[in-house]
Amino acid sequence: MANFILYRLFQSAIVMLIVALISFFLFNFVGDPISNMVGQETTVKDMDELRQRLGLNDPVIVQFGRFIVDALQGDFGISYRLQRPVEELIAERMPATLELVFVSAIIAIGLGVAGGLFTGLKRSHWFSKFILTTSLVGISLPTFIIGILLIYIFAVKLNWLPSFGRGEVVDLKGGWSTGLLTVSGWKAIILPSITLALYQTTLILRIIRSELLEVMRTDFIKFARARGLKSRDINYGHALKNTLVPVITVTGLQIGSLIAFSIVTETVFQWPGMGALFIQAVQFADVPVMSAYLILVALFFVVINLIVDLLYFVVDPRLRAEIKN
Amino acid sequence: MAVIDISNISIEFPTRRGVLTAVENLSLSIEAGEILGVVGESGAGKSLTGNAIVGLLEPPGHVTAGTILLNGRDITHLPESEMRKIRGAKIGVIFQDPLTSLDPLYTIGRQLTQTILTHKKMSHAEAKARAIELLNEVGIPAPEQRFDAFPHEFSGGMRQRVVIALALCCDPCLIIADEPTTALDVSVQAQIIDLLKNLSREKGVATMLVTHDMGVIAEAADRVAVIYSGRLAEIGDVRSVIDAPKHPYTRGLMDSIPQIGQNLKTLPNIIGAMPRLDARPEGCAFNPRCAKSKSICRQQTAPLIETGSDGQWAACWAYEGGNKYV
Ligand SMILES: Nc1ncnc2c1ncn2[C@@H]1O[C@H](COP(=O)(O)OP(=O)(O)OP(=O)(O)O)[C@@H](O)[C@H]1O
Ligand SMILES: [Mg+2]
Repeated sequence: MANFILYRLFQSAIVMLIVALISFFLFNFVGDPISNMVGQETTVKDMDELRQRLGLNDPVIVQFGRFIVDALQGDFGISYRLQRPVEELIAERMPATLELVFVSAIIAIGLGVAGGLFTGLKRSHWFSKFILTTSLVGISLPTFIIGILLIYIFAVKLNWLPSFGRGEVVDLKGGWSTGLLTVSGWKAIILPSITLALYQTTLILRIIRSELLEVMRTDFIKFARARGLKSRDINYGHALKNTLVPVITVTGLQIGSLIAFSIVTETVFQWPGMGALFIQAVQFADVPVMSAYLILVALFFVVINLIVDLLYFVVDPRLRAEIKN
Repeated sequence: MAVIDISNISIEFPTRRGVLTAVENLSLSIEAGEILGVVGESGAGKSLTGNAIVGLLEPPGHVTAGTILLNGRDITHLPESEMRKIRGAKIGVIFQDPLTSLDPLYTIGRQLTQTILTHKKMSHAEAKARAIELLNEVGIPAPEQRFDAFPHEFSGGMRQRVVIALALCCDPCLIIADEPTTALDVSVQAQIIDLLKNLSREKGVATMLVTHDMGVIAEAADRVAVIYSGRLAEIGDVRSVIDAPKHPYTRGLMDSIPQIGQNLKTLPNIIGAMPRLDARPEGCAFNPRCAKSKSICRQQTAPLIETGSDGQWAACWAYEGGNKYV
């Protein structure tokens, strides 16, 4: 078990190293970092000096090593556009994104699991058919259209909820600014989190439903019935638990995608998160911000994957046995 | 009084192209301590009959006629909530594939105690003690240690023992074993059959043993029921049916087994195949394959007719003069 975890950590480290390499090349070879940093009046001599000072004349491998060491210490350089340390910018924007993703994940998992269970267990109920039809909308409409639609209905027409921003935020210790402690903050997060969660809700719902239908046909469910177990125990104890491995996989990946997809949602709702920061960075070829964002998102994915792998063990004894051997 | 007494049941599936009568007018009964072997080709309706008894017919299939009496109580159309209390308590079921009958994510101990506690009021510790006693009874070595093992840690034969232990949890009076040994090695098959035999001898359990294997029938069953195309072709004492089969189909069945232990999914000695449910001929379903078919065979299904004094019955017009089962 410990071996397996070490092995997976090692794998994760390799993945991160590759991502770092890509970020590094992005940083060094997309445009000339020096001319990106300096103004137009700088002399060639000054530029050469700066190049020397920043170590850009060192061999690539040395530069990469330095890049890794800096990144490990949370140092991603200076934003070209804003002339401030990238890690500061990210730290400012991260709470907004993570809160959005957190609320969306709760919505997606909550509604996805409930809807998946209902449509899987009560296949011919009219409400199941209704849910499935509407969930098609969730899959087929692009996020930004749903966002704009929601803004139009709830912000413009009904004027119930704000159409942009985070509302009032409260600064917590450690530099975390939260919008979840104020009424206006909660109002502001409703539309973007629903927009962001819709696609993932649908996916989770459908995977649970189809896994459930599959499991309900298995012999051990038939045998559980033949043993006279209560349908509650059969549905939630045996059937649901046996759908968990694929569901955990999909859910984990989907939470990762929430972070990635939040770029679009943040743009539509002018949500002051990392995604919006990234979009601006792309527009200005602000490479340090882009590469830092890339590394961070990769890190989230890797961590989620690791958690997913560990959850398998909690759920499935066969995997535990496999690893032991 | 028989433990289970099925009389004249029919099982139908409404489909888009009309109603399929999968089982028709079938009657059989099993006494306490008796093993009734049920044989017939694939698709004859053996499993459906077993499922109908425990109320596990897959919709839209349902019992449209006849009665099923369990210890004299009519359970034919019990509501699901009542039927659930009988399944696993009064009637134990064993399915064909022990590899897939157990939930892979729970220890066998948990599955046993869960079943016991569903049907009986007792403490968890008592349920555990009972579970270990059951494991011991079905021949699992070191049951205390194995209690916390998962299904994948057992061999096929051991898993089938666990399945049997699960079926025995609440001292059922009837066990329905649907091809309990088909998926197992020959040597393990014999052990499982011995186990079932002992249970019915020692505990007086009535057993319905569905199998394709005439060797198993000869070895374990007291009586045999032969089903052909959803109808009972013949029923009687195991020796009489094997040694002196009365229904032409049973005769073909016995002839096509050169030696005991051979599988009878296909019948080389009888020309043709069992008709599909939606293409059953008029009269006796076997008449197109029967060398002795008469005109009445093509017009009317034969009732069960007593063919001798030893409780052997055959649904064949050749015995027209005898006592008819109603
Ligand atoms: N859901 C259903 N809809 C329509 N027909 C069905 C359905 N389930 C079973 N049948 C039919 O009922 C007949 C009897 O099936 P059953 O499972 O009882 O056969 P069996 O005797 O157990 O065969 P086997 O030896 O292969 O297990 C089959 O011909 C099958 O086609
Ligand atoms: Mg069958």
